[in-house]
Amino acid sequence: MILLNGVRKAFGDKQVLRCVDLHVAKGTSMVIIGGSGTGKSVLLRCILGLVEPDAGTIAVDGHDIHEGDRDAFLARFGMLFQGAALFDSLSVWQNVAFRLLRGSLRRPKAEAREIAIEKLRRVGLTPDVADAFPAELSGGMQKRVGLARAIAADPEIIFFDEPTTGLDPIMAGVINDLIREIVTEMGATAITITHDMSSVRAIADTVAMLHEGSVKWTGPVARMDAAPDPYLQQFIHGRATGPIAAVR
Amino acid sequence: MSPTLPLALLGRAVLTALASAGRVAIFAGQALAHIVKPPLYPREIALALLHVGWLSLPVVGLTAIFTGAALALQIYSGGARFSAEAVVPQIVAIGMVRELGPVLVGLMIAARVTSSIAAEIATMKVTEQIDALTTLSTNPMTYLVAPRLLAALITVPLLVACGDVIGIMGGYLVATKSLGFNPAAYLVNTISFLEPLDILSSLAKGCAFGGIAALMGCYFGMNSGRGAQGVGRATKGSVEAAAVLILAANFVLTGLFFSL
Repeated sequence: MILLNGVRKAFGDKQVLRCVDLHVAKGTSMVIIGGSGTGKSVLLRCILGLVEPDAGTIAVDGHDIHEGDRDAFLARFGMLFQGAALFDSLSVWQNVAFRLLRGSLRRPKAEAREIAIEKLRRVGLTPDVADAFPAELSGGMQKRVGLARAIAADPEIIFFDEPTTGLDPIMAGVINDLIREIVTEMGATAITITHDMSSVRAIADTVAMLHEGSVKWTGPVARMDAAPDPYLQQFIHGRATGPIAAVR
Repeated sequence: MSPTLPLALLGRAVLTALASAGRVAIFAGQALAHIVKPPLYPREIALALLHVGWLSLPVVGLTAIFTGAALALQIYSGGARFSAEAVVPQIVAIGMVRELGPVLVGLMIAARVTSSIAAEIATMKVTEQIDALTTLSTNPMTYLVAPRLLAALITVPLLVACGDVIGIMGGYLVATKSLGFNPAAYLVNTISFLEPLDILSSLAKGCAFGGIAALMGCYFGMNSGRGAQGVGRATKGSVEAAAVLILAANFVLTGLFFSL
C-alpha cells in the first residue's frame, strides 16, 4: 500500500504539488491523469525519493520511505520511464538485466541473460534483439525493452510514466495489454501516468485526477464516466471549455 | 538607478561564485570518497581508462611533438642573440617537463575528455538515464563519476610522461636534423640536466589536471539543464572551467614546487 499525506513540492516560485493525499491499495493499478505540468511525474519521483518533498509524508506498506535501507527499498520498485531511458552503452539484454548484474540482486551472468531473454519474450520481443543496442531499435521496441527492465527483478511496485506516448495506436494497445497482463499476473501494485484515455480504461482499477498540484477526483475506473466532477469530465472528454484553462 | 546598485550586483556575483565554488568542492569531496567506496565497477573503470588514457594518446603525442619541435627552434633563434644556442637541449627538456608537457596535456584532456564526459552525462540526465540508474539501486556517483575520475587520476600523469618524452623527442629531431646538434650529446645533455623533482612536479601536475578535467566534466554533466541547450551549456561550461582551473592550478603548483 502506498500512502501520500499532504505532500507539497515547489521548484523556486512554482508550486508543483499542493497538499497531495493519495492512497494506492496493494495489488491494484492506479492511473493518474491530468494536464501537462500538473505534477504527475514529480509525484512519482517523490515516492521513489528522486525528488525530496517540501512537506508531507509518503509511506509504503506503513513505513516512511526515508526509513530503512535505501537499496532494499528501491529493489521493490520497477519503473518504465517516458522515453524508456535505456543505457546507450549497454546491449538490450544488459539493460534488462541491469539490476541482476549488480547489487544485492546480483546473479551469475548466464542466469541474468537467461532471465533477460525470458522477460524480453514476455513483452513480445524475440531473443535476437538481446544483443542489439538501444539505438538500433524502434521507439515501440525501446518501450518494450524498458518494460522488460522494469519487471526484470519481479518488483512488488511498478511505475509507468506515460507508457504509450509517441506510439502508434496499435503499439499503444499492445503496451496497454502488456501492462495489464503483467500487473495482474505478478500481483504488483502499479501507478501509471498517462494522458491517453484508452490506456486509462485498459490499465486502471482506480483513477486519480491531478490538477494544479492537488487531487481533484479519485475513484474506481468504472465510476469515472458518471462522476460529476467538472474537471474530470472536461479532461476525459477532451473539451476545450470548462474549469481547466486551455492555456496554462 | 540606485547608487548602491553596482555594489549589490558585485555582491550578488561574489555570492554566486562562492556558492558555485562550494558546490564544486562538495561534489569533488563526494566523488573522491566514491573512488574508494564499494561497489566498484571494473567494466566502467576499464572503459574509462581506455577513453581517457589510451584514446587520448594520439592527440597528446601530436601536440607534444610539434610543441617540442617549435620550442627547439625558438630557443635556438633566441639563444643565438647572445651566443647561447647550445642550451637548446636543456631548455627544451626543462620547458617540456616542468611546464609545457603538463599544461598542454591538461588542456588537451580538457578539450577532449572533459567535453566528452560532460556531454555524455548531461545527455544521460536529459534522457532520464541517471534517474533510471537510481531506481535500479545504482548510485550515479559510484557508477558514472568515480570510474571517470579514477581513470583520469591514473592515466593523465602517464599521458604527461608520454607527452614530456615525445616533446623532448620533437626538439631532438629538429635540433639534430636541421640545427646541427650531435644526437648523442643532445640526449646526454637532456638527461643529465633534468632532476627528479622536475619529473615529480610534471607527474603531480598531471594528476591534478586529470582530476580537474574529469571533475569538471562530471560536475557540469550531472548539473546540466534541460534539452539540447542544457547539454550544450554543460559541455561549454565544463571545458571553460577545466581550462581556467588547470591554468590556475598550474600557477599554484609551480609556485609550490619552486619553493621546495
